[in-house]
Amino acid sequence: MTQSVQDQVIAIIAEQAVMDVSEVKLDATLEGLGIDSLGLVEAVFAIEETFDVQVPFNANDPADSQFDITNVQSMIKAVEGLVAAAGN
Amino acid sequence: MKRVVITGQGAISSLGTSAIATMEGMREGRLGISDLVIRDVDRLSVKIGGQVHGYDGADYFSRQELVLYDKFTQFALLSAKEAMTQSGLDISENLSLRSGVIMGTAGGGLHTQDENYRNVYEAGKNRVHPFVVPRLMMNAAASHVSMTYNLQGPAYTVATACASSNHAMGQAFHMIRSGATDVMLTGGSESMLVFGGIKAWEGLRVMSKDACRPFSANRNGMVQGEGAAVFVFEEYEHAKARGAEILAEVIGFAMTSDAADIVTPNQVGAARAIKGALLDAGLNGDEVGYINAHGTGTTVNDKTECAAVRDVFGTHADKLMMSSTKSMHGHLIGGTGAVEMLACVMALRDGVIAPTIGYEQPDPACDLDVVPNIARDAKVNVALSNAFAFGGLNAVIALRSI
Repeated sequence: MTQSVQDQVIAIIAEQAVMDVSEVKLDATLEGLGIDSLGLVEAVFAIEETFDVQVPFNANDPADSQFDITNVQSMIKAVEGLVAAAGN
Repeated sequence: MKRVVITGQGAISSLGTSAIATMEGMREGRLGISDLVIRDVDRLSVKIGGQVHGYDGADYFSRQELVLYDKFTQFALLSAKEAMTQSGLDISENLSLRSGVIMGTAGGGLHTQDENYRNVYEAGKNRVHPFVVPRLMMNAAASHVSMTYNLQGPAYTVATACASSNHAMGQAFHMIRSGATDVMLTGGSESMLVFGGIKAWEGLRVMSKDACRPFSANRNGMVQGEGAAVFVFEEYEHAKARGAEILAEVIGFAMTSDAADIVTPNQVGAARAIKGALLDAGLNGDEVGYINAHGTGTTVNDKTECAAVRDVFGTHADKLMMSSTKSMHGHLIGGTGAVEMLACVMALRDGVIAPTIGYEQPDPACDLDVVPNIARDAKVNVALSNAFAFGGLNAVIALRSI
């Protein structure tokens, strides 16, 4: 069975947050989940490896990157967009 | 305690193949960052750097030397040669026993590593050149400098990431000040501009793809550079007795560890290092006229560094000048503090303050006089050089004109 993008992104975030996937809510923020800048960079790397995409993200200015990290939902949406664009 | 002075300096950077040319570049506010010319650059997302273009080791070294010298060693030896020539030092057999070398590098022989990993992993070869180990080892540059000039006292390499050079020069200062040695060749060297060296930095997501703009509100990361600088540190009476030209006096050094985070800089640790250097040199804050900043061009470093400087200097922070020459030559990682020390010597000796180029928009979090874009004439008696490394390791050196 193929996992949905949503399930896979949540699994990646849960691993960084050291939580069970059931505890990662869609409206949760990275800060709320206790994920710091290093954790975020590692999550971005895991997303790139999992979906074979390039995530446009610069740690110097996360807000200005074209990758919306407002909350878990926005990240899932951004990854879905990248996956669709890559045609993977 | 003995006094320590600088009697020679040499360098190579993307601004030029000597200390003289590098300082000229700083004075002109010249941009040494350009498109990288390296193998597989098309597979990198960061394609710019402060590369020494047109460099060919064969122009300077024999075939027999080149089989033993990685590029980082070549850069160190070229710098050492310029420094030794300027110093006019003759290393007699007696002096050789009281002379040494301490170099900083973060990566060592990365060209050798990169090429040989390609050979064994990518090309599937089962044999490598017999000198791979002596070429890539972190102490290769220090050892070859020691051999070239017959420096038989303490010789070693310091690796503290982006603070390597400052730690190395600080230790060399301590050696002479304590009376353990009379002469130390010291500085740092780095040549990380190879595919693996850049790819590794890309992963951290802190690199800029277009420019290094320290303290500017629109800065978006650091840019790597390559090169080296070496200084001749000499005991003051020894230098005076032989009538040497003295470029500056090294008067203080301090190092601290944040003991906090492996990559994020820390205002408290940085401020403690700056304060420590002032204390060690017996200086009041208001004597400092120029600070060569660590100024990497990342969002976090630059605002943390400015906050640390404000914390230490109070109202005097608005009177001193602080620039980042990384905007011109890039971040030489383990070699950076050495090349940047040239800007301090230039400020003290020539009265020229190197600018922070690429400065486009004021950032309220970096509201110091960063000498934007154009060098400035100013009389300065005391200068500091900051280095704040990954791993939370901070090292600050204080120099005085003489």
